[in-house]
Amino acid sequence: MFGYYLDLALRSLRRSPGLTALMVLSIGVGVALAMSTWTMVHLMERDPIPQKSAQLFVPTVDMWGPAAHAKATRGDDPPVLLDYGTAEALLHDQRAKFQSANYWIAPTVVPDKAGLHPFNVSGFAVTGEFFPMLGLPFQYGAGWSNADDKDRAQVVVIGQQLNNKVFGGGDSVGKTLQLDGRNYQVVGVLKEWNPQPVYYDVPAFGGFMIQPVEVILPFNTAVAAEIPSNGTAYAGCFKNPEQPGFEGYVHSNCAFISYIVQLDSPAAVQRYHTYLTSFAQQRFTWPPNVRLFGLMAWLDYLQAVPSGVQILQFVGIGLLIVCLVDTIGLMLAKFLRRSGEIGVRRALGAPRHSIYAQFMTEGALIGVTGGVLGIVLTWFAIAWLRSVYPSTWSALAQVDVKLLALTLAVAIVATLLAALYPTWRAAHVQPAWQIKSN
Amino acid sequence: MDILPILATLRRHKVILWLLMLEIALSCAIVCNGVFLIVQRMQHMDMPSGIAEHELVQIQQAPIASPPDRYARAQEDLATLRQIPGVQAVGMTNQLPFGGYSSNGNVMLSPTQPHRTLSAAEYFGENLIPAFGLHLLSGRTFEPDDYVNAGIVIKSLADGSGRGFPMPTIISEALAERLWPGQSPLGKMLWLAPKASFRVVGVVATLARANAYKTATAQYSLIAPLRMGADKDQSYLIRTQPDDRQRVMAAAVAALKRADPTRVITHARTYDQVRSDYFKDDHAMAGMLVSVILAVLLVTGLGIVGLASFWVAQRRKQIGIRRALGATRADILRYFQTENFLIVTFGIVIGMLLAYGLSLWLMMHYELPRLPLFYLPVGALALWAIGQMAVLGPALRAAAVPPVVATRSV
Repeated sequence: MFGYYLDLALRSLRRSPGLTALMVLSIGVGVALAMSTWTMVHLMERDPIPQKSAQLFVPTVDMWGPAAHAKATRGDDPPVLLDYGTAEALLHDQRAKFQSANYWIAPTVVPDKAGLHPFNVSGFAVTGEFFPMLGLPFQYGAGWSNADDKDRAQVVVIGQQLNNKVFGGGDSVGKTLQLDGRNYQVVGVLKEWNPQPVYYDVPAFGGFMIQPVEVILPFNTAVAAEIPSNGTAYAGCFKNPEQPGFEGYVHSNCAFISYIVQLDSPAAVQRYHTYLTSFAQQRFTWPPNVRLFGLMAWLDYLQAVPSGVQILQFVGIGLLIVCLVDTIGLMLAKFLRRSGEIGVRRALGAPRHSIYAQFMTEGALIGVTGGVLGIVLTWFAIAWLRSVYPSTWSALAQVDVKLLALTLAVAIVATLLAALYPTWRAAHVQPAWQIKSN
Repeated sequence: MDILPILATLRRHKVILWLLMLEIALSCAIVCNGVFLIVQRMQHMDMPSGIAEHELVQIQQAPIASPPDRYARAQEDLATLRQIPGVQAVGMTNQLPFGGYSSNGNVMLSPTQPHRTLSAAEYFGENLIPAFGLHLLSGRTFEPDDYVNAGIVIKSLADGSGRGFPMPTIISEALAERLWPGQSPLGKMLWLAPKASFRVVGVVATLARANAYKTATAQYSLIAPLRMGADKDQSYLIRTQPDDRQRVMAAAVAALKRADPTRVITHARTYDQVRSDYFKDDHAMAGMLVSVILAVLLVTGLGIVGLASFWVAQRRKQIGIRRALGATRADILRYFQTENFLIVTFGIVIGMLLAYGLSLWLMMHYELPRLPLFYLPVGALALWAIGQMAVLGPALRAAAVPPVVATRSV
């Protein structure tokens, strides 16, 4: 029977190609734009490290005191970054299972390779515990030890691209990389690693950074080498540094360091919070003012996903609703135009449910066609986004099989929903009245 | 126009009428709020910088090994750049409006003030007024005597000797108005640190910050006459004719490389590029919003075409009768146009309420300003236009129905 209905549907669609095209176009456009905006927001909002995010926490400490609150935008909340003194003291205490102080750097690489000009790379200064804590994937070698951190070892972990560019790929552990005029020994080469948002240092640039992470240096080593912090989005000083240069910056109250810790159990979280409070109590003259954010709460707190992007998703859904209402209207017109035909079928003995089956089949056919068009348009929309705005968050959007399957599914389900009312009307056509009036 | 017969007809097609109205109302709500969001983005992207944007080239370089005298190197570089044919002015700065990398200072109105009065962008550099093409409103520009080597200032701040201070400064009008409302800022003093005092000698109309997050504070800037050393945080600025920028930029990069082959040119770009880099997120957002809104209007138009065609097909016989009874083609055309206008108008009325509700909801959740009321007519006009365009085809087809149809049975 399904084959027959499919045949009927095809005939009906061919009979009024204009109306059919309008319906298919409407569903295609609606689904494509709704899906491309949705996938965009979905990619930005997803958990960047799902296997671990529940154990990762970000502490903030009010190291500026109540005098700074007047100018703060977040009321009494502590600054979102730490100054060097506070970060160093927290690192020294080692109270979490793993902890790392991080800041964004952009040193210049001077390659040994002939014919290669010096160039800038993006990366981070972190502690050795950063690697096990966030589970960075190594192709060769590994991170460095706590002793290396303490000794300001001249070591570096490099990314895959930099390894290919400077050393021609392969196991480069033990080789020497020159950064800003100093030599560092390569101890590890990473596999592809650049999670978005950059959850371990959100304040550096507000969340998303498309440049690959190419160099990772020990925190103490980078500070000693006076490699400046590159992030400015949230960095700030309560009072201007008394001395100039990076040296003065480090010894001022200027906040430029992100801090992240791993705490495995609720009890450990509780203990760490107590520790933070007593830490602030001993260190500052004002009442302790500390926070301990879970990673996802932290991303939310800093609005890592720009609010405009979330609105985009609603606009996309709004468009899909308009398209569905549109389709309901067009289907109603199309189905009711065939009242005479329905009347004849009913008079010849077709029960009401066969009318339902026939018209729902037709609806599904429109949905499938619209969905296929939607897939093509989604593909184009995302390719367009990636090509027009390659260096911003829109470059995150990707076309994958899951997205395309979802697009098709949404198109079919949405069209079937839209077909419900027109089909109901069609099934309730009075056969006697139709036959008489014709 | 006979509206009553049209209303009577519409009453018999309640469901389709409601669907159309709902569709128009939804589009109206989306278009009004969407256009508002786009305009907001565009206003943000249009934020004035105060500089001669289309005449500027920025070159940023990093020496591999620090030159023996960074200050002498900078002066040599500036002299080299000045020699390039077509160059009108050359300057050096620590930051650019909308350059992303920002240097801000805490401005105080007395050296003992415990908290800052406000934060302002501190432009340190050389020859910035002519190189940026800033518009001096009052006071004077910097004289050669005003310039101090940054190294001397750094030392003076470190040992507390106060050498080099007070330094002359030129501030933006917005900053002057905020610090000393209604008074002449010329000759007034401000402090960036207890020992770092500045005397205002001039006021420029506009100079935006490097990281202009908020419109209200985006124009708080001051310029200090400092000779900076050649290092990776400083930019060379070259002002030239707009058509000459690419050639001058290539020549400048080549000349700098000749002077020191080991250095890295980290940035060589026109100011237009700087600006578009800074606003790329807003640009992407505006682009997506525009495409979604166009799609909404397109889909609404398609819906109207479809349903109007259906109605015309359904009423061929009635149209024929009307024509036979003496109605002209123009009457039929006008009937469908009026009908569409009425439906769209009902839709718009509902849509405006919806638009306003949506705006209130967005305000609550996303810190957006309230939708200004004049956006409502914008949405209405767009939908009226779309409606009339969409109905024109089917209405013309209706007008073409010959009277003889009335005499035939379908």
